[in-house]
Amino acid sequence: MKFILPAIVAAGALALGGVATAADGPTDPQIAHIAYTAGNIDVAAAKQALAKSHNAAVREFASEMVRDHEAVNDKALALVKELKVTPEDNSTSQALTKGAAETHDKLAKLDGSAFDKAYVANEVDFHSTVNSALQSTLIPSAHNDKLKSLLETGLTLFREHQMHAEHLQATLK
Amino acid sequence: MRRRMPVFAAAAWALLLTSAPAAAAPRSFTIVIDKMKFGALPAGVHAGDTIVWDNRDMFRHSATAKGAFDIDLPAGKVVKVRMKRDDTFAFVCKYHPGMKGVLKVSK
Repeated sequence: MKFILPAIVAAGALALGGVATAADGPTDPQIAHIAYTAGNIDVAAAKQALAKSHNAAVREFASEMVRDHEAVNDKALALVKELKVTPEDNSTSQALTKGAAETHDKLAKLDGSAFDKAYVANEVDFHSTVNSALQSTLIPSAHNDKLKSLLETGLTLFREHQMHAEHLQATLK
Repeated sequence: MRRRMPVFAAAAWALLLTSAPAAAAPRSFTIVIDKMKFGALPAGVHAGDTIVWDNRDMFRHSATAKGAFDIDLPAGKVVKVRMKRDDTFAFVCKYHPGMKGVLKVSK
């Protein structure tokens, strides 16, 4: 745990720390790509938890992550289609994906309560990092009103997820 | 006696019809859920009225009042629930507890 967590947090902070500030911030196609990538990462992590965890509360949380993040991403896909915007890959998305792959591999080596604790701790950190990026950079940088609105709803949702993860984390100690 | 009966009966019916309170017909009130929020909550809800929970959000929610009701609200669905009793119901979405409201139902 002590070895894994700092690496996970560092990966997330590094990835989203690379997002430019609002003044010269990412473009809408880049923002859409980053948001979609972050959602996909959390869905994949939740599916890993559903495959490995036997803890009912952890499984319930993971199911909620799949359901909610898939719903946001479906909406995001429909929106980019409506706006005729092609999401644009970028260094932030790539760093997020790389960090998630490393996290996935580390979690794959854990089982039982060690896995549960590591998965939930990563969920707390991942949502915290993504929420900070949404609030400070992605939402202020978004130009299209519909994209901005979707990101704002996403931020409200992800804050709920962060609180849920924090409560869950407290019960696992 | 026989001649008086109709008079009595008519008087009794007249009394009944004028003094009996007219029972208010049950009404429907809509609560819209969108963008992770419960919309404006209706006032003047009485027991027997129906709440139309209109979930326009992309997420599954619930309206859950401990010990009273637990209504599943699938994304994009409308769920109608009759309020059977009066009380002040503090409810949340059990999936997203930051979403909350208080529904007052009178007799």
